[in-house]
Amino acid sequence: MKDQLDYMAQNVTAGKMTRREFMGKAAALGVSAAVASSMFADAAKAASPVKGGVLKMGVQGGESTNSQDPALWASDVPIAGGRNWAETLVEVGPDGSLEGLVAESWEGSADAKTWRFKIRQGIEFSNGKSVTAEDVMRTMERHTNEDSQSGALGIVKGIESMRADGDVFELKLGVGNADMPYLIGDYHLAIQPNGGFDNPTEAVSTGPYTLESDEPGVRMTFKRNPNYWGGDAVAHYDGVEVITLNDATARTAALQSGQVDIINRVEPKIAQLLDRAPNLAVRNVSGRGHYVFIMHVDTAPFDVNELRLALKYAVNREEMVEKILRGYGGVGNDMPINAAYPLFDETIPQREHDLAKAKEHYEKSGHDGSPIILRTADGAFPGAVDAAALFQQSAQAAGIPLEIKREPNDGYWSEVWNKQPFCCSYWGGRPVQDQMYSTAYLSSADWNDTRWKVPAFDEMLLSARAELDEAKRKETYSQMGQMLRNEGGLILPMFNDFIDAVSNSVQGYEPDPNGPVMNWYASKKTWKA
Amino acid sequence: MMKNIPLSALIGLVITATYFIAAALAPVIAPYGMAEVVGDVWEPSSAEHLLGTDQIGRDLLSRMIYGGRTTIWIATLATILSFATGSTLGFFAAVMGGWVDMALSRLVDLFMSIPSLILALVILSSIEATVVTLIVLMGLLDSTRVYRLARAVAVDISVMDYVEAARLRGEKLKWIIFREILPNALSPLVAELGLRFIFMVLFISTLSFLGVGVQPPLADWGGIVKENKEGINFGIGAALYPAVAIATLAISVNLVADWVLNRTTSLKGGRG
Amino acid sequence: MHPIVKLVAQRLALGALLLLAASALIFGLTEALPGDAAQAILGQAATAESLANLREEMGLNRPALTRYFEWLGGILTGDMGVALTNKLDIATSVASRMSNTLFLAFWAALISVPLAILLGLIAVRYQNRWPDKAISGVTLASISLPEFMIAYILIFFFAVKLFWAPSFANISPSMDLLDKLHAIALPVAVLVMVVLAHMMRMTRAAILNVMQSAYIETAELKGLTGFQVIARHAFPNAIAPIVNVVMINMAYLVVGVVVVEVVFAYPGMGQYLVDAVVKRDVPVVLACGVIFAAVYILLNIFADVVSILTNPRLRHPK
Repeated sequence: MKDQLDYMAQNVTAGKMTRREFMGKAAALGVSAAVASSMFADAAKAASPVKGGVLKMGVQGGESTNSQDPALWASDVPIAGGRNWAETLVEVGPDGSLEGLVAESWEGSADAKTWRFKIRQGIEFSNGKSVTAEDVMRTMERHTNEDSQSGALGIVKGIESMRADGDVFELKLGVGNADMPYLIGDYHLAIQPNGGFDNPTEAVSTGPYTLESDEPGVRMTFKRNPNYWGGDAVAHYDGVEVITLNDATARTAALQSGQVDIINRVEPKIAQLLDRAPNLAVRNVSGRGHYVFIMHVDTAPFDVNELRLALKYAVNREEMVEKILRGYGGVGNDMPINAAYPLFDETIPQREHDLAKAKEHYEKSGHDGSPIILRTADGAFPGAVDAAALFQQSAQAAGIPLEIKREPNDGYWSEVWNKQPFCCSYWGGRPVQDQMYSTAYLSSADWNDTRWKVPAFDEMLLSARAELDEAKRKETYSQMGQMLRNEGGLILPMFNDFIDAVSNSVQGYEPDPNGPVMNWYASKKTWKA
Repeated sequence: MMKNIPLSALIGLVITATYFIAAALAPVIAPYGMAEVVGDVWEPSSAEHLLGTDQIGRDLLSRMIYGGRTTIWIATLATILSFATGSTLGFFAAVMGGWVDMALSRLVDLFMSIPSLILALVILSSIEATVVTLIVLMGLLDSTRVYRLARAVAVDISVMDYVEAARLRGEKLKWIIFREILPNALSPLVAELGLRFIFMVLFISTLSFLGVGVQPPLADWGGIVKENKEGINFGIGAALYPAVAIATLAISVNLVADWVLNRTTSLKGGRG
Repeated sequence: MHPIVKLVAQRLALGALLLLAASALIFGLTEALPGDAAQAILGQAATAESLANLREEMGLNRPALTRYFEWLGGILTGDMGVALTNKLDIATSVASRMSNTLFLAFWAALISVPLAILLGLIAVRYQNRWPDKAISGVTLASISLPEFMIAYILIFFFAVKLFWAPSFANISPSMDLLDKLHAIALPVAVLVMVVLAHMMRMTRAAILNVMQSAYIETAELKGLTGFQVIARHAFPNAIAPIVNVVMINMAYLVVGVVVVEVVFAYPGMGQYLVDAVVKRDVPVVLACGVIFAAVYILLNIFADVVSILTNPRLRHPK
């Protein structure tokens, strides 16, 4: 046991094990919590941050068309780069709690309609200008005004009015929303001088690093921001490099050969093989992201719920988690919510793979036997084409004539997703249930990609949003989840983990369920020994 | 004739024939179905699965056999289309000369001036990639290269005295092209045929590798490489077998082509 | 005017017309693709409102012809414009990408062309003996492997196992030449393997073709040794087809290396063009497409002129 504890302590020092993991495993070995806690503290102290060095990240998801304008960020490379120079009002921590960045504190009115964010005093943009509430307001204006093209437009359009009141930024919503601070932490809403109206791509904000060079689709380099308000506790590197490595094999090879320190999107197929390498560790964290097959509930043949149920029973979820995710993820239950969300109801029964039931529902649906076409693309989600092939196999076993059609990656999101009645897609998940449901399952949602337009569902969503009693709120969310599970247009076979791989030279790495590579805060929060 | 066949050509013939026969008889000889999931992910080779299994547990040998069928079928038909179109137009342009030659050659130049891989990617992202569209697209794109070769060879031949003589005799265009030019241009064309077939195999493989090739669950060799390439850095062979298959097929076809002609003349048009 | 000069002038004028046609064709093709830059940028995050706003800002609401002629007007005055997607100056991006592409192509050519010709000469000298067969076999094998396969195999051995060369070509302007060469070692190796066989086989075939001529026999009768005959008499007469195939492969090294760029994450023109096509960034697609076409057309004119100069019958048409 001693050996095992030593080994675990080494892992803590190397940043390979979090406090929670350590405490859990120590308890399993019969060590009391107090002893384990002090052991953890000792091990972690050995790992106190060291300044200096350059962190190199090999990141999937960059193109030569990328921009430094936060409004246009959509893929991982610009987001990863942006975390270095750009800061939002708040951030969502690994445990789901909110922490202030540009905002020092915030408060909402009782009806959750008015929100006031107090701007951290004395902090400066990297161009030396002081940050004011005015800048914050202008930022929100740029993202919400008429000619906004921001990816956050859908998130913040509920804002009715806003103003700068001394060092406080105040906004008023048309409909109360208790989760507003979570929404305002969206990575698009980075605070820029004068809201970025003057020059949205100049890469000036209050982040821990400043942009040194930018070659879109190739690399970005950053150096430490000497004026960073966060002080010595964070931003330990002298410099950071974000290198675009879209090819999975090249990305893995770059980490194996020591050319980069961290990579994102390790292919589940090779994660275990990669983890055997002595100089690195694969780090995964289960998140809220999920892979889906989505049906339009208003389009034949998917307008018949029996057929939707038949397809839901025909999916072999366990097989998909095993073969597509290689265990790096969990089975889904045809609703977009899992245990990673607050107020999740654990008692909703899991839908199992059941060919007899699939057959039964298929026969009841009265489908004429014509091929049901599932559209997929390599870019729909990692392994989407393979997942579709597995689905086809299990559907055939239930007598359902499922056919796959691979679409080009190029144009998939503009021409297939949200247009074709049955296709593969993914969702990154949202910090809270309300946001996930409002984004894709509200009748009026722009991204209602299952055409789920049920007034009763909308009412429940709005009532839950204003409900302050958590038990009642949880109950409503549970009903909504079950409604989607039994009648909705989404077949949700699996929730995917974020799988990163990290060189052993990187210390202080703690997976964050909000996003890959510590929600892209790795350059801010880790250091090299 | 078979008596004089050199060993290298014999090996080439046997391997080529084996691949073509395996392709033709795929459903008979493949031990499992093409899309059938029969095992775990990346199982090593065993008695049940001679080459092991692929990235979602399908029998790799069966995938390879069916994949060869797709690859060979598409490459062969595309090569035939390319040669039929390219050489006919090339001879025609050379014999006619003047503005016909000019117009055709510049049109071909126009299409050749855009890299064919990129042209194919652009076109395949707007039309549906089916076996037929792939064959037509690859055949026509490649026919520009054959056109250049055929025209160049035919221009050299058409200034020869015997062609002049035929013209003076008042022979028709068809006679000149098929009786005078074609027989004399055959040897460089055949030499090129072998190479162009390989380039077709590589082209369809590259398209599949870039994700715009044949529809799943249909397999082709390039697609199998793509599906399994993550395993390469860890010594998993699934991605290597199709590459070996592509290479051996290409080499054996060329051994045969080399034997068919002892001398080669002008070769034009490379990869791309 | 000398007929050759006249021909070159003619071909250059035609080339300019061809470029114009190519730009129209590329524009037409890109426009025909489903979706536009606004949709491509916003992707899954698009809403009707943000799409409309972005289109307005990019000027995508104007008729296609207007946009084409605006671009044409710009390019004729030397202005390539700015990219739709990230507002960066296209000329600057192209300059850096093109210099990377040429850097890679230059080193690949510098190694492969002399090597191909030398191997071709050796193969002819020892025709049908073991050096010939060995060279043919090895080059055939290298031409027959898909380039992504060669790349992965080299990465596995030389980067992951032996740590001799980096697995991706991370070059930047501040590096010195030796570091840069180290960084591009593997992509250059892949490209050399890919183009070597085609050029070597052509050299061998062209020289063998000439070797059957009467004057070679004369030279042999004069008592010249094998290599002397090949180098002094046969090779000069086989230049035309060799130059042709070399040009084709040079063009390939400049315009056709998308796959190598993807695998080695090399910031060249091919990757730039493909990204621009995916994002429907029409001005970038046009700029890259026209440059590729120009490279191709110029190399082609060069090859044609050489083949005319070396064929007396064509040099003095009746």
